[in-house]
Amino acid sequence: MSESIYELFQAHIRAETPVALATIIEGPGVGAKLLVVRGGTNEDVTGSLGHPELDRVVGRDTAGELEAGRTGVRHYGPEGQATPEDLIDTPTVSVFIESFSPAPQMWIFGAVDFTAALGRVAKVLGYRVLVLDAREIFATKRRFPMADEVIVTWPTPIFERSGHTLGPRDAVCILTHDPKFDIPAIQGALATSVGYIGVMGSRKTHDKRLARLADIGVSAPEVLQRIMSPIGLDLGGRTPEETAIAICAEIISLRTGHSATSLKHTEGSIHS
Amino acid sequence: MREILDDIDRWRRQAKKVAIARVINIEGSGPRDPGAAMAVNEDGEVAGSVSGGCVEGAVVGEALALIADNAPGRMVSFGYSDDEAFAVGLTCGGIIRLYIEQLDW
Repeated sequence: MSESIYELFQAHIRAETPVALATIIEGPGVGAKLLVVRGGTNEDVTGSLGHPELDRVVGRDTAGELEAGRTGVRHYGPEGQATPEDLIDTPTVSVFIESFSPAPQMWIFGAVDFTAALGRVAKVLGYRVLVLDAREIFATKRRFPMADEVIVTWPTPIFERSGHTLGPRDAVCILTHDPKFDIPAIQGALATSVGYIGVMGSRKTHDKRLARLADIGVSAPEVLQRIMSPIGLDLGGRTPEETAIAICAEIISLRTGHSATSLKHTEGSIHS
Repeated sequence: MREILDDIDRWRRQAKKVAIARVINIEGSGPRDPGAAMAVNEDGEVAGSVSGGCVEGAVVGEALALIADNAPGRMVSFGYSDDEAFAVGLTCGGIIRLYIEQLDW
């Protein structure tokens, strides 16, 4: 017996494999579904919306939406017509396409107190959290129970091995305060398409860091612009927990492009 | 959706009927994005949320009616533009459109 669409759907969500669900929400065939799973090179499509051509067109569009991580409604004719002129004089089939992508990653370098607090806040925000440090006695699962993985490693090898998995939704936070660790971590992060790179340290540390980066040829303004250092919004907090909030708030405001000031002092749409 | 799977699985193991409501779109200001999901079982138990708590009560009513009537999926909307909105009302003053269906797929 084959599994139901729901069984397949929930199994993929739990396994964190990219999956998209297309449901007819209005028009003929309401409730019918297509499930699209991204495989190695092509997509696996399960289910039917009631017409082979509609299945083909929606399957193709759903795969595209999944690739982009988008969720939204698209409109078709009952036989897959998608251009406005083909849709005249036919009932409209509205399809809700919902993409489920794996959780974003946060890599935290440095097994320090701030790491534990940042890891906890990142988990609340839905990140898959990796804690990385070269010192075996500090980088333990016992000290960072919230982390999905605690890895004893220098920065360069982990970026060589897994840097390609980092993308615009992901974050690298470097909290080590130690140039021999910070500099290769920054270099490694810059070589990826990770969306956020934050590095902890005082303004003095930051200036020294810039000098060290310049020594190894990292000095172009458009490259340095990617590095958020000193890390975090200026909330004035001091504790590891307050600092974690300042870092995560900075990540959110950079993603949304909003100003990170109180709404009381701004105008316009809140949720744009 | 991820966060409501455990509750849904438990209800299915207990052979409870389940309806799922998902946010399709929001006009104006809304606290949850499209895809936000809430599940309701035949006893009126709830998992997840589709707004900041403003319409969940009404969604439970819609879901229980759908289960009782064994009805196909349908769109429902809440917001300041329709009469029901005055009874339910989004605190944020937008319109929220949901698709509610039984979990029979």
